[in-house]
Amino acid sequence: MLQRRINAIELFRNLDWFTIILYLIMVLAGVISIYAASYDYDNASMLSFEEFSGKQLRWIGLSLALGFILLLIDTRMYEAYAYPIYIIIMLLLLITPFLAPDIKGSRSWLVFGPVSLQPAEFAKFATALALAKLFSGYNFLLNAKLSNYARAISIIILPIFLILMQKETGSALTFLALFFVLYREGMSGLVLFGALFSIIIFVVSIKYTDPYVLSMASGQFWLFIIIMATILGMLFIYNRRWSIVRNVMLGDLIFAIGTWLLADVCGVQIPGTALFISIIILTCIYLLFEAVRTHARYFYVIAGTAILSVVFMFSVNFAFDHLQPHQQMRIRVVLGLEEDLRGVGYNVNQSKIAIGSGGLTGKGFLNGTQTKLKYVPEQHTDFIFCTIGEEEGFIGTTAVMLLFLALILRVLTLAERQPTTFGRVYGYCVACYFIFHFCINIGMVIGLCPVIGIPLPFFSYGGSSLWGFTILLFILLRIDAGRKQVLSY
Amino acid sequence: MRKNYNYAKRKYVIGGFIALIAIIYGIKLYDLQISDSKYKESADSNAFLKKTIYPSRGLIYDRNGNLVVYNQPAYDVMLVPRDVNQFDTIDFCNTLNITKEQLLKRFTDMKDKRFNPGYSSYTPQVLITHLTAQDYGRLQEKLYRFPGFFIQKRILRQYNIKSAGNILGNIREVNAKDIEDDSYYTAGDYTGDLGVERSYEKYLRGTKGVEILIRDANGRIQGKYENGAHDIAPISGRDLTLSIDVRLQQYAESLMVGKHGAIVAIEPQTGEILCMVSAPGYDPSLLVGRERGKNYKALANDPEHPLYDRALMSSYPPGSTFKPTQGLIFLQENIITPGTAYPCHRGYINGGLRVGCHGHGSPLALKPALQTSCNAYFCWGFKNMIDRRSKYGSSANAFEVWKKHLVSMGYGYRLGVDLPGESRGFIPNDKFYNKFYGQGGWSANTIISVSIGQGEIGATPIQIANLCATIANRGWFITPHVVKKIHDTIMPPDLTRKRYPTIDAHYYPTIAEGMRMAVTGGTCRKANLPDIEVAGKTGTAQNPHGQDHSAFIGFAPFNDPKIAVCVYVENGGWGASFGVPIGSLVIEKYLNGQISTARKGLEEQMMSSRLSYTSAKKKK
Repeated sequence: MLQRRINAIELFRNLDWFTIILYLIMVLAGVISIYAASYDYDNASMLSFEEFSGKQLRWIGLSLALGFILLLIDTRMYEAYAYPIYIIIMLLLLITPFLAPDIKGSRSWLVFGPVSLQPAEFAKFATALALAKLFSGYNFLLNAKLSNYARAISIIILPIFLILMQKETGSALTFLALFFVLYREGMSGLVLFGALFSIIIFVVSIKYTDPYVLSMASGQFWLFIIIMATILGMLFIYNRRWSIVRNVMLGDLIFAIGTWLLADVCGVQIPGTALFISIIILTCIYLLFEAVRTHARYFYVIAGTAILSVVFMFSVNFAFDHLQPHQQMRIRVVLGLEEDLRGVGYNVNQSKIAIGSGGLTGKGFLNGTQTKLKYVPEQHTDFIFCTIGEEEGFIGTTAVMLLFLALILRVLTLAERQPTTFGRVYGYCVACYFIFHFCINIGMVIGLCPVIGIPLPFFSYGGSSLWGFTILLFILLRIDAGRKQVLSY
Repeated sequence: MRKNYNYAKRKYVIGGFIALIAIIYGIKLYDLQISDSKYKESADSNAFLKKTIYPSRGLIYDRNGNLVVYNQPAYDVMLVPRDVNQFDTIDFCNTLNITKEQLLKRFTDMKDKRFNPGYSSYTPQVLITHLTAQDYGRLQEKLYRFPGFFIQKRILRQYNIKSAGNILGNIREVNAKDIEDDSYYTAGDYTGDLGVERSYEKYLRGTKGVEILIRDANGRIQGKYENGAHDIAPISGRDLTLSIDVRLQQYAESLMVGKHGAIVAIEPQTGEILCMVSAPGYDPSLLVGRERGKNYKALANDPEHPLYDRALMSSYPPGSTFKPTQGLIFLQENIITPGTAYPCHRGYINGGLRVGCHGHGSPLALKPALQTSCNAYFCWGFKNMIDRRSKYGSSANAFEVWKKHLVSMGYGYRLGVDLPGESRGFIPNDKFYNKFYGQGGWSANTIISVSIGQGEIGATPIQIANLCATIANRGWFITPHVVKKIHDTIMPPDLTRKRYPTIDAHYYPTIAEGMRMAVTGGTCRKANLPDIEVAGKTGTAQNPHGQDHSAFIGFAPFNDPKIAVCVYVENGGWGASFGVPIGSLVIEKYLNGQISTARKGLEEQMMSSRLSYTSAKKKK
């Protein structure tokens, strides 16, 4: 690959100012929110470096300086030093638990005098660089060899493993977002689909055990419906012809109604479970028949998905029923199915109260009672979204969501317009980190996701997180600014 | 060629995924923030501690301005259950001088919905009531060690007199029913029980105030919400001035010591009750504070029923005190004229029926009949009225007329006294007798005893006293009442309005004169005071359960009555033996302020005599 050097003026002109402006809006809105979240009636001064908001301003200043320096570094340097950076950071992660003091059960903070840093936040860009470097290797195609998968997954798994050692589960899980990158680069969508489907089956079958439909738990009933719908959907996507979908639907319907009538006439009660299982087996037999007839592999895939789903559903139920009651309780609480207003549930409940009490326009800046009176825990870090929800209302929360949506879509656009695989993969990594943080953080605050303690990028208080995301974003901006200098590839 | 075009489409899947998530979150936020208002309420109940400020309860004075009932602060230990974490129970118990078991018992009781239907872990609950001043002081200093606990100031009643428990009543903690009936109350509040405390509760209690405090997540109070702009100041209860003369009340009570019965004295012109004794009575201070429950139980289980207000609730046969009503009815119905005389040969003898009487001249006119309390006279009058078919058509119709007159005089229905629990007494109607004897199966002789206040007739001492006041006024009365004035407001019009019985006023002087004669030369001679013109009427009510009841009504001075009194002593024998002396002493005391030396002996005799109520059963 050949590139020519870029001069400062060109760089300035080619910078994606849209992203920079979004970034500036978000960090400033973040400082204001932190000020509101940690506002104390008695002594209030925004710029005092003793306050969280003042400290955050200092972090922002340093971030801007850092961003500026990152823009000056040539893209080739990032490519060239991707692996060394990755290795150094991984080593840092490895030694962190031995150096870090125990803060609330986690050993992830390295203390340098007055400043504490969390190496896990810096592992984000290092891993992104390493992954981008891997993919930009000569003739590297993910699907070409199984070992390519092994290498890519190793790069992702290593920081997860090291960060889990520091007992920072939330940060560790962040790296799972990179599987989206693998998907973009060719990994079968079935992997993501399978993961998503497993989660759905797991949650639904545990959550909806009550009322009974057709003498089975309502969760099971709906899962059977979902599985059938999935089979039909997959058939349509792979096969692109109506005939087979129609055959399956008609056949199943006739079978179901026929059995029903027969049972009614004979006065026999057929359990709903048995009926559904026989429908799925019937469908699978038909699909296998089609597979043999047409030599199309996807029929096996669909039949396999159906059978695995049903097996998984029953094993989840079976395993869950055989757990100790307190273990069941823990799982239910973590999934947010059980109200545990004293423990984990307390935070989520108070956080929902804070957001819910904001109404359309909010209670006004610095007027939030939930946050001012400290009902919401960690309100200047992980639960910063509560302050916005309470004081700025639905308008505020929607605005913040739109900012994130704009940033993520913009980063995806930047990634897609990169001429190099390195740039594209790196861009996707950045986008995926943002997607993960956005989904999990806001999801947990509004009670849709389990509570996994990760910050809301640019809003939550914390230097490491701010620096981590700033580095991620500005390296991408630098790569993007230099994209036109790529002469050949 | 590196760019992998096959997979470029997947950017839409990823972009679509994030857009979908954003939409789901947007819907959830809409649901949380806009459609559901419960979160706003939760936030407010989190942040704002609404502390009730109790108003001071109205004071009670007697008619002469003497303070009778006043307030004393008391302190309750309150807590908000969900704010209470682990605390040092031993320290807590030592501070309040209670055992750990007692504390645990209080916690269990507090959470028991049967005792405390308003229990909620989010609202303040009463843990211990009525701290002593020392306990209060000690706890106040250590309160910071017990988050979630606070001290609520309340009001206890204090009494300057040991009498008039039946009039004053007392206050008690509200029960589940009170809370249900009146949204003003919350658990731990106090409400009036019995007496004027109950009937004037709405005036006495005032209006509660609210102080809105800001409370943080640790239960610490961060100050007043918007500097108290939304606070509501409490409004003190209104003071009451009773019509009761405390000195007279105490004197009358002393005369009733050792006896069961009642004294009611009314100022005729105003209907104000000057004293109202129910004997035996009780000291109202017994029903205050921590010992209230125990004392209340003891009083309620007392075989002499001190909590039962005999003056107001007991339906007695009025006996001969009923005779003036009969005279009035017969005059009004033109059955007799003041000159009409009826024979009496030691009784009323008619159709094989004999109602006994005592020795006096015969025949008699109305006034001498009242003077001598002649039974025969009123029996004849009654017979002539009830059996006068030419006028009324039937005995039943005549009886209805008779009854209506009595009702207009305040018998048979509640008078409307401003105290709770008034009994209506009993005046039968024609249907009552029809049911008993069959349609037309009865006549005057069948029910002759009602004419002399016996038989089915029942009247409360207050109704009897009211009759006396009506005669004193020569033809009208005002509903008797014990409250003279509610401060800063006007009295209910029902307690100031003159009520006129259906008897023409010009018939009353005859009756009054007959009663005056009873004092000067009849059955009430013991009431003949040298300096006060008293008019009176005795009553000796036959009592199927024992010795006769001794009754007396009287008013004085004769030409400008200031007091009308009714005395009713259960099983006291002749009206002259207890009724007349006690009644005359009350009159003398009220009008002269003291008892003349000549009558000190009588006073002493009345105060020291004791009637036995266990052996007096079954005599007649």
